[in-house]
Amino acid sequence: MGVELISANHAAALAATLAGRANRNGRGFCCGVYPITPATDCMEYLCNQEIEKSKVVRVESEHSAMGVCLGSAAAGARSFTTTSSNGLAYMAENCITVANLRLPVVMAVANRTMGPPWNIWADHGDSLMLRDLGWIQLYCADNQEVFDTVLAAFRLGEDSRVMMPVMVCMDGFILSHTIAQINVPSQEVVDGFLPVTAIPHQLGATPHTLGQIEVAHQVASHRQQHHLAIISALDVYGEIQDEFFGATSRRLADPVVAYRMEDAQTAIVSMGTIGATAERTVDELREAGVRIGALRIRMFRPFPAATIQKLLAPVARVAVIDRDISLGYGGVLGGEIGSIAGVGKLVQNYVAGIGGGDVRRSHIREIIEDIGGRETAGPAQIMEGLI
Amino acid sequence: MREPILSGIVQTEQDRPRPLLRPGSSNCGGCGMSNILQLLSHAIAERDVRLVIPACCGAITAATYPQSAFDVPTILTTFASAPSVATGMSSVFRLNNEDTRVICMAGDGGTYDIGMATLSAAAERNEDILYICYDNEIYGNTGGQRSSATPLGAATTSTPKGKQEIKKDIMAIMAAHRIPYAATVSIAHAADAVTKMRCALDTGGFRFLHILSPCPTGWKSEPAMGIELVRLAVRSGLFPVYEIFNGERYVINIEPDFSDEALAMYLSLQRRFRKSGITEANLRPQIEKHWNGLRSLSGRILPARRL
Repeated sequence: MGVELISANHAAALAATLAGRANRNGRGFCCGVYPITPATDCMEYLCNQEIEKSKVVRVESEHSAMGVCLGSAAAGARSFTTTSSNGLAYMAENCITVANLRLPVVMAVANRTMGPPWNIWADHGDSLMLRDLGWIQLYCADNQEVFDTVLAAFRLGEDSRVMMPVMVCMDGFILSHTIAQINVPSQEVVDGFLPVTAIPHQLGATPHTLGQIEVAHQVASHRQQHHLAIISALDVYGEIQDEFFGATSRRLADPVVAYRMEDAQTAIVSMGTIGATAERTVDELREAGVRIGALRIRMFRPFPAATIQKLLAPVARVAVIDRDISLGYGGVLGGEIGSIAGVGKLVQNYVAGIGGGDVRRSHIREIIEDIGGRETAGPAQIMEGLI
Repeated sequence: MREPILSGIVQTEQDRPRPLLRPGSSNCGGCGMSNILQLLSHAIAERDVRLVIPACCGAITAATYPQSAFDVPTILTTFASAPSVATGMSSVFRLNNEDTRVICMAGDGGTYDIGMATLSAAAERNEDILYICYDNEIYGNTGGQRSSATPLGAATTSTPKGKQEIKKDIMAIMAAHRIPYAATVSIAHAADAVTKMRCALDTGGFRFLHILSPCPTGWKSEPAMGIELVRLAVRSGLFPVYEIFNGERYVINIEPDFSDEALAMYLSLQRRFRKSGITEANLRPQIEKHWNGLRSLSGRILPARRL
């Protein structure tokens, strides 16, 4: 077990490198990569690694980056790529195919605002745009979590019960470019944790066609299978957490990270790094005697509805903070939490930090003050003036 | 005896024992792509291949899941992705020291238009891929709209009065990438076609074959006349048959007779050229110019037109 002082971008690439090497006795490791701020450092790091039985293809667009991963996974190899914002939008078409063909590609996404007008800072609108395409989505709050989650993502996506692609999201710049100390397991430990990639429907020797025409009932039946496969990731993730602990003596963060929720009357629900700020704010407010806790949704797809419902059951007020906005509706997470929170709760949605606005503890205290004074929930509140 | 499936092409011991295109495909009658797949079947012989097919008529050929008309493992990709998906596949086969050839079968829309950037990038990286463009000069799958491969004067559903622009020179573009092997193939000249397909299969790096593929539905021609139409296009000089090695050595494989009669016949056997009123006289100067260029590139200073 070593210690590294690296950015989250590099942590993701290092995890992919170790995972790639772990497949040297399988069909190898193959990536298509293309630069985009703030995910560029991740692909640069990967391009500098010596990985046995691997090929990193420097392609001409994100569309082709996902194309290469698609082809590589269809030929049975382990595949990884990284992108952000418009790059994700540009490759979206191939992301659909990868999910529809159940190819367990892993992708690190440095969340960034969609443009033009250009803005390179953190916003979850890019990955949430792909919410419904069949990718497992995991959101991280620190560098260690990014490393651990990328490693676990290969195990999760490639599990025969799941066999779906996984997106590991980190806030652009806030995480992607922040350097922090992380613990890194040795190659032997990773080899033990990650079995060799086995994709049962890879293009083998027998003639069969992947991706051909399907009629309605076949589409419905396949969507049903894929839906259940993604849902099964909830249980499989639990098993992986145990295995991860056994291999590294470190706990892989839960799908929903609950913080000081005991006897809480108010809960702050968020994703990504806002969740970490929310936890510090909870500490402050708890000191002042406020009965408050925080939930950080790490696994957004599959949506761990039952866990969230259980955690929110004793709570009266729920402040959902979204670093994204579905125009004409409100925050995406706000909508999802609102739909499962149950009756008798005041669920208020706040949109904060879009376009990379810095969400500070003072902003979260404002939110808590606002929700405390409410009789009923209103439409999503967009917090302006964050810089 | 596989004679009926193979459309009259003699099957020998050297050929692939099972046809690449099995019965039950949903291609139109007289589709040039069916002929191409039969010729390719002969060329492939015992080689292990995978097909990568982007959105195009070939995506329909396999028919509906779970049956497939292709006798080799095949993957269907998004429109602009055949070369990138093939890159991923071919890379993994090489990593595993497997001799599997990855073949892209793409239409002109996926090659000349939407897939151009992907194609250019894969060619520039010299990926180990055989890319076949079966060129029916329209978006056939969507009902026959213009592409940049549609020739001057051809009526399509999006150029009802005939296309105003000349056809893009795809071979010059591929030659500019200095890929190891590029060739045009005529389905009316089977021996030449199979020889070049084998050469393309066995060359390393990026290989490109451009094949004129008659589309009775879009060209408004008789299904049985497809091969004859290609023969006329070759005879008249409209479709030059040649190879380019490493982007620099040009070899002309078939010498046309530049017959105006053949050109007139080619135009009159298709209804797509009627509305624009294009004639052999309109096309001749362009053909001569193209051939003069080819002659100088192939190091042969014969005039384009034999007098």
